[in-house]
Amino acid sequence: MLIKGGRIIDPAKNRDDSADISIKDGRIHEILSPGNDLPPDDDVIDATGLWVLPGIIDMHAHLREPGYEYKEDIASGSLAAAAGGITTVACMANTDPVNDNAAVTQYIIKKASSIGMVRILPVGAITRGLKGRELSEMGLMKLSGIVAVSDDGRPVESAALLKRALEYASTFSLPVILHCEDKDLAAKGVMNEGALSSMLGLSGIPSIAEETMISRDVLVAHYADVPVHITHISTKGSLEIIRGAKQLGIRATCDTTPHHLLLTEDDVRTYDTNYKMNPPLRHEDDRHALIEGIRMNLIDCIATDHAPHARDEKALDFDLAPFGIIGFQTLLPALMKIHLDYDIDFSQLLACVTKNPAKILGIDGGSLGEGSRADVTLFDPKPVWTLTEDMIVSKSKNTPFIGWTFTGRVVRTIVEGNTVYQAA
Amino acid sequence: MSWSHKDLISIADLSGEEITTILDMSTSFKEISRRDIKKVPTLRGKTVVLLFYEASTRTRLSFELAAKRLSADTTALSASGSSFQKGETIMDAALNVMAMAPDCIVIRYPYAGLPRKLALELPCSIINAGDGTHEHPTQALLDMYSMREHFGRLEGLHVAIVGDIAHSRVARSNVYGLKKMGARVTVVGPRTLLPPGVETWGVEVSCEFDPVVNDADVIMMLRVQRERIEEQCFPNEREYAHFFGLNKRRVDMMKPDAIIMHPGPMNRGVEITHDAADGNRSIILNQVENGVAVRMTLLYLSLGGNINVD
Repeated sequence: MLIKGGRIIDPAKNRDDSADISIKDGRIHEILSPGNDLPPDDDVIDATGLWVLPGIIDMHAHLREPGYEYKEDIASGSLAAAAGGITTVACMANTDPVNDNAAVTQYIIKKASSIGMVRILPVGAITRGLKGRELSEMGLMKLSGIVAVSDDGRPVESAALLKRALEYASTFSLPVILHCEDKDLAAKGVMNEGALSSMLGLSGIPSIAEETMISRDVLVAHYADVPVHITHISTKGSLEIIRGAKQLGIRATCDTTPHHLLLTEDDVRTYDTNYKMNPPLRHEDDRHALIEGIRMNLIDCIATDHAPHARDEKALDFDLAPFGIIGFQTLLPALMKIHLDYDIDFSQLLACVTKNPAKILGIDGGSLGEGSRADVTLFDPKPVWTLTEDMIVSKSKNTPFIGWTFTGRVVRTIVEGNTVYQAA
Repeated sequence: MSWSHKDLISIADLSGEEITTILDMSTSFKEISRRDIKKVPTLRGKTVVLLFYEASTRTRLSFELAAKRLSADTTALSASGSSFQKGETIMDAALNVMAMAPDCIVIRYPYAGLPRKLALELPCSIINAGDGTHEHPTQALLDMYSMREHFGRLEGLHVAIVGDIAHSRVARSNVYGLKKMGARVTVVGPRTLLPPGVETWGVEVSCEFDPVVNDADVIMMLRVQRERIEEQCFPNEREYAHFFGLNKRRVDMMKPDAIIMHPGPMNRGVEITHDAADGNRSIILNQVENGVAVRMTLLYLSLGGNINVD
């Protein structure tokens, strides 16, 4: 396969220029400047006018299989990821049964390989059943293919168990991804706590529910001398804690989501449950701080927290509907919007979904260097289009971005040299 | 002026002028309830469905009597006797009710936001009879009617709302309405029962009751629920009553012409003692009487009645 005439943007190699890429045996074979005399190939892709990006890595998603196949399954999730230019998905453990043992890990890996579209990397549970009491079989799950551990959806409430879990995970070099939320402070909250939640008559989740837990977790990690990754940070205060931790030399990394970068609590005014997520959409000041956090490289990654829920579930009252929205197909368009609206280098945003998550998860990919996995996303930066529900290939359609106009769209997704998605 | 609202969801949606219209019209409707034959044919042939998904005696009865005295047909449905208990979603239930062609649905619901959603989805009039901790607009209108009836005005009145402001839809609706009508509002309660962001409400806030008692024209006590003790908002009823209850000592401190209100149901001995509830300053039962009149007005306006009623 030969990708000719595109603009290659690869933060891992500090590269942003026009070049041709040849792919052999699922790997990047050679990258040559335009006008080269590469041998003819029977599979030439004309990428003139397109951006050629390392395959996108989404380090935080919910594929819902096993157990909740009515919301999404590995097949439909793979299709949606591919349509979003995502070539690697790390899927969280809150399935039914929970991915807390090797049998479940193997099931996911087998299912993913039989579908064979995008690379699916399971994340194992930190604690058995996500209950926060006993360690899961991290070592055996690692042998079966997990790339990290997380109790996502729940905090590890006991600091003592967290310390043990960090130490134990490091035994197997497993990265630990932490969902930081003090459940007592969050209580029955369904949106950001503040003047608006009071006005709407909805219970609030205070910013400190997230911030106190992040503070504790980075301190425990520092003491245990184990790196931690804090997922989906949503407040200005959380960012300040991460900044402080990094300044102290604590090995803490973090991610945020496209929706926390683009939406605020104000969107909840209509009680539309597609604006209900955990952590909740916050104040405009928080959103602004997160944008600046990206610009200043304080936020390492952007992840979708793709969380499919069936229409009937999201049709419940705001108080009762489940938290979460889907995000695969809007990830790159959202990054483009942030690039255009806030004048942040696209390559900087791209690093948050390629090089940085690859490094944190310790996986190959996330680069277009010679010899790397040939995971490539072709992106046309020009078209202006509006998201409609029929474009969504996930089983669930729970996104607040329907009706939004975006610039740029994915035209082809290549995984290990095979085209797995091509725009019509 | 003509009435342009299909629904009544929130006091925040009404202008001061519209509130005045409602209060003015309610006086004529109040007279009907004092007649020997308490019925006029105004809404004959109209159907009003009362959907009460949360316990209520006063409000439900008040709406039902209001509709009946205007000759509308009414049917009331409560959560316990409905397929809500069988797991039917509220939207399905509402669509089923709609299929039977009511002209108006009066809804009380334990969660915020539903009346607004129904108003957008359904062609009939929706009247919010209280949704979660969001709003209770008819209560605020009857409260304002009762205050205005007593003082002849709302502008410049100092109204103290005391108690669980954080969880009270009555407080929210009253604050919005009273501000529009030019009253001065002070909310009083322990910090744990004041809502986050109360400083943005444009009201005075006090954690001390005594300094407010002798300055207010109206003292509106709110019901405080035992649930708040379990949530550790205050330690027990005894301490609450001491600092935030309206008792004889505080009644004696009130301005000579000041009045006492309570939306009910009362917790006697907790937020209010019998001296306050049953004394000559109390207009609590007038509130209940006025509730029927105000709801007659709202049903009349929502169901297409003319503003210049005889």
